[in-house]
Amino acid sequence: MKILVCISHVPDTTAKISFVNDNKDYNKEGQQFIIGPNEELALTSAIDIKDAKGGSITALTVGQAEVEPTLRKALAMGADDAIRVNAEPKDALNVATQIAEIVKNNQYDVIVTGRESIDYNGGQVGEMLAELLDIPSVSGVNGLDLEEGKAILQREIDGGFEKIECEFPLVLSGQKGIAAEPKIPAMRGIMMARRKPLTVVEPIAFDDATEVLEHSLPESKAACTMVDPENMTELVRLLHEEAKVI
Amino acid sequence: MSVLVYTENWDGQFKKLSFELVSYARTIASQLSTEVVALSIGNVADDELNKLANYGADKILNLSSEDYNDFNPQHYSNAIAEAAKKEQANVCVFANNIRTRAIAPRVTVKLEAGFVSGCVAAPESTSPFIVSKKAFSGKAFARVQINKENKVLSLNQNSFGIKEDAKTVNVEGFECALKTSKSKIVELKKNTGKMSVLDAEILASGGRGLKKAENFELLEKLADILGPTATVACTKPVADLEWRPHSEHVGQTGKVVAPNLYFAIGISGAIQHLAGITSSKIIVSINSDKDAPIFEASDYGVIGDAMDVMPKLNEAIKAFKENA
Repeated sequence: MKILVCISHVPDTTAKISFVNDNKDYNKEGQQFIIGPNEELALTSAIDIKDAKGGSITALTVGQAEVEPTLRKALAMGADDAIRVNAEPKDALNVATQIAEIVKNNQYDVIVTGRESIDYNGGQVGEMLAELLDIPSVSGVNGLDLEEGKAILQREIDGGFEKIECEFPLVLSGQKGIAAEPKIPAMRGIMMARRKPLTVVEPIAFDDATEVLEHSLPESKAACTMVDPENMTELVRLLHEEAKVI
Repeated sequence: MSVLVYTENWDGQFKKLSFELVSYARTIASQLSTEVVALSIGNVADDELNKLANYGADKILNLSSEDYNDFNPQHYSNAIAEAAKKEQANVCVFANNIRTRAIAPRVTVKLEAGFVSGCVAAPESTSPFIVSKKAFSGKAFARVQINKENKVLSLNQNSFGIKEDAKTVNVEGFECALKTSKSKIVELKKNTGKMSVLDAEILASGGRGLKKAENFELLEKLADILGPTATVACTKPVADLEWRPHSEHVGQTGKVVAPNLYFAIGISGAIQHLAGITSSKIIVSINSDKDAPIFEASDYGVIGDAMDVMPKLNEAIKAFKENA
């Protein structure tokens, strides 16, 4: 089984965010970057399956040289090799197009993405990629098993779940539940990661379909109105008369 | 030219979200001096379909073939793209939920469009086409320009609201041959009854501060008193401990909600949880720790033990409802 896991290099959730260049770009200065939490769980699931059933896992990301430590972390977790497409990932369709190009040259059985990256929360690349490759896709995957030639997936739906069988090749987008918790690289994994192959590929020409012009921060909330715990009638009054939510 | 809006149905019924999407499409169509075409897929009765006209749909396409009874992203996106081409829609509007996330990106590729997911308002301009969306898990906003002739937008629930704009409507049957797909649903399990946290107008949400699963009875009581549009939610640790089902987990890796009123009870306010609630209109927190970060994110706060405060809150709400 050849598995491709597409990961994003994103600022840690607890990062205090700010912007530069007239708020056009994210301020990377002094920030901790991580593998996106959804992809990290999806990668863990793929590694567990590989360990049990055999196969190979390639970790891929679109980004400049600064993202390589994140790829090395995926290798340390258990991916066998890595690919970096040398471009800034500014537009989902562009990213999907770059990955599609790699897949066309490489024949993967299963392509794994995360539900969404935690920077732009788009959740677009996986399904765009499937459409570009004209293969099926399953999103919201919170349970995964792979057998010869097919995937058996559980996906979340409103108030329940679906169990789906899908022949290879396919794209799946994983989320919480696909693995119980992310795999923590062991010392040995970290040492080996340095020697596993990391290939850099130049992007194909593609015009971004969308462009972020500017970021802004939400207006800060007014100070919290504190209410005496003995006076819940007052809270109810405020919610009714002032907030008008009941 | 037209604006196509995909209006999902749930067992043949539309929800408030469906009407919000039509209202949104209507606003964009007015900006572009064009019409709104609503597309429904599935078995929806005519009187339900006609409701869409109240919110500004000029035309309603009804794809009712049984071939589409099972949700399949390839099938649905193909039908929607075909409808868009037929109606010369250069803007397509979707909700931003699990199902539409499986379809909208595919439609984007088929229409060679630019896609902005998670929009929070109508476009600020249509030429150039610029629209705002949420970013960084709710910690920021981004203004995004779409540089392609065709545009796909997905709207965050409860960020635009419902605007009535009655039109005389034209319901047309729509057919689209099924594409083949190698993916099939082999089992479907639905927990019926409870309203999804995504649709609730009021959420009574609990964290580890409640100490044990049984204590959530107080939140269930609160939701009960507040009525059918109120339901219970929880944090990730609570779902992981299996005190509540995973479907109630609100947060960065759970559900992102946008209720009118969010009660955060025994919840400290970790960033991952806040990422799920920043679109709430009003947040009320109850926590025994005066320094809990949740208070910074709240509109109203009560410092106290949830087990002491909740019975009093429930009483006060009950009295209010009885006098209303």
